[in-house]
Amino acid sequence: MADYTEMWRNLGLNLENHAGLLAVLGEGYKNIYLSQKGRPKGMEYFDFVISEVHGLRIKEIADAKKAGRKVVGTFCVYVPEEIVLAADGVCIGLCAGAEVGSDEAEKFIPRNTCALIKAFMGFKLAGLCPYVELTDLIVGETTCDGKKKAYEIFQNITGRVYVMEIPNMKNEESKKLWQSEVVRFKETVEAITGKTITVENLKKGASLVNAKRRALQRLSGLRASDPAPISGLDALLINQVSFYDDPVRFTQMTNKLCDELEERVKQGIGVAPKGARRVLVSGSPMAIPNWKLHSIIEGSGAVVVGEESCVGERNFRDLLDESFSTVDEALQKMADRYLQIDCACFTPNDERLGNIKSMTEKLHANGVIHYALQFCTPYMMEAYKVEKALGSIPFMRMETDYSMEDVGQLKTRVEAFLEMLK
Amino acid sequence: MKALGIDIGSRYIKGALIDKGEWIDYKKSGTTFNPLEKCNEMLREMPADRVVATGYGRHLLEVHGNIKTITEIKAFARGSRAFFSKCYTIIDIGGQDTKVIALNEAGNVWKFEMNDRCAAGTGKFMEIMAKNLGYSLEEFGSYALTAHQEIQLSSMCTVFAESEVVSLTAKGVAREEIAMAIHRAIINRVASMAKRFSLQDEVVFAGGCAYNPCLKMLLEQNLKRNICVASAPEMTGAIGAALFAEDDGM
Repeated sequence: MADYTEMWRNLGLNLENHAGLLAVLGEGYKNIYLSQKGRPKGMEYFDFVISEVHGLRIKEIADAKKAGRKVVGTFCVYVPEEIVLAADGVCIGLCAGAEVGSDEAEKFIPRNTCALIKAFMGFKLAGLCPYVELTDLIVGETTCDGKKKAYEIFQNITGRVYVMEIPNMKNEESKKLWQSEVVRFKETVEAITGKTITVENLKKGASLVNAKRRALQRLSGLRASDPAPISGLDALLINQVSFYDDPVRFTQMTNKLCDELEERVKQGIGVAPKGARRVLVSGSPMAIPNWKLHSIIEGSGAVVVGEESCVGERNFRDLLDESFSTVDEALQKMADRYLQIDCACFTPNDERLGNIKSMTEKLHANGVIHYALQFCTPYMMEAYKVEKALGSIPFMRMETDYSMEDVGQLKTRVEAFLEMLK
Repeated sequence: MKALGIDIGSRYIKGALIDKGEWIDYKKSGTTFNPLEKCNEMLREMPADRVVATGYGRHLLEVHGNIKTITEIKAFARGSRAFFSKCYTIIDIGGQDTKVIALNEAGNVWKFEMNDRCAAGTGKFMEIMAKNLGYSLEEFGSYALTAHQEIQLSSMCTVFAESEVVSLTAKGVAREEIAMAIHRAIINRVASMAKRFSLQDEVVFAGGCAYNPCLKMLLEQNLKRNICVASAPEMTGAIGAALFAEDDGM
């Protein structure tokens, strides 16, 4: 990796802390990822992306900024990326997947806060996230109580937080609210970028994002094969990378990887023997570098075949209908598309139950592990309904955070669950 | 053919040797800071044709001895059925976690509940509380049973409960009454885990804590049923592992 010290210093990062973070990340990646056997060759690109996660990609975004493009940071799959791309902006998911800066974060938020919220506060406060430093706008959303209150504080810290109101129900009134929120977001992006959003640039944005979704759908479909052509860890990584890589290059590289995986499927080549236990993971999002549960499951000899998660299926399941001819119509279709996402912050949220069942069938999963971040009340609560809906399909719920102190117990629970699947 | 099961727990390592399903020998030693050494001692002292390891430290033997492993959940299921043929529920208060295991007709694990990442309600909690009150772990339960008055402990968190115990002793509350309150708090927690399953036929209390007469009595009161305890309850996991080693049915 080139020397980016100067760039990091200019971004105001805490160089000492940051060097520590990169060292830990590199070591973790080596142990968890590079030690896997039988990885597809196409993963080399993603290995490279990770090795340059705070390097080359940051330089690219910084260069784009110099060329006049604006950077929009997000934390949630409800934020319409198409609008950002239509205004020639750069859209990135912000760092929230590691236990860093907790002490700093706890000066502002309670200790009993979900790890993801604590992490995005911690990354910023400890001077560890170059992405957040590059943003011109940080988009929050009212998905859960913890996040919406944390964004108020995050606004005090950064001064550039904009919050979209996500309704809690999916009735006609809520739809109207959400449509107006999409319009307000479009106006905000126009104001920040100084660009007018037109049908033409919306079409361009829609086609870029849909192409990315199709590539991820293709990857998801290939994981249905037995033996699984790619590990759950690698597929999770690709989904995580999809939030901050350049969308055109990401789509191209993911499709290239899928070509290779198709060939593997034809030849019956897999990352685990045919007949290995297959697990669907469902629940809270796993932001990069949260690889904890996948590494426990796959370290116990099973394969994760899908993520029913915002970092996973919920992000790419639905395409945007591109057959619009006016800006209003585009925004209307966009509002419809995004409101289909089945986050547990909605009530009722029965679509999610059906989606988990259909994923279990399509991916030939032997069991479902429900993953909830500790203090992520919507998912912790919904686990009950998921278990009921799955009927006789083996199910286990798990609540954890980013720390490693419970890995021993979790491993015992996962192994006992896998023993039940035999 | 002799088969050995080794259960490497967070506090003790238990070994059980069986021959054609008959239990012929057992050993128990502290886990210490060098569990591998302790396991190797056991392997030398009880030579066997087949070995299966279980418990929190099972992977130690998998890595260093190429020995097959199963989880303690599976081992407890098998071991409990060996003692009690109508066992459908197992309650285990272990050194660092507490679990309740539900079995199906065939004796396989159907569901289980396990507390993670917190010492509340575990054997370790008992140990700390016994020590604070000046009891040995062995006598803790018998003394608790001598309590006359009923007091409540409001916290189950090991850290908070510790300071609550300090304030109770400072108030002059008799230590056997505090001991009783600690036992009751633990059982309330374990019983609420057990009540998540419909209990039927034999409910087995396994693991070393089952020697504690007060815990057993409170469990019976709380669950309103007779609780079965084997003659050597702490050997349940080791025997289960030995039975798996014998038929290699993994």
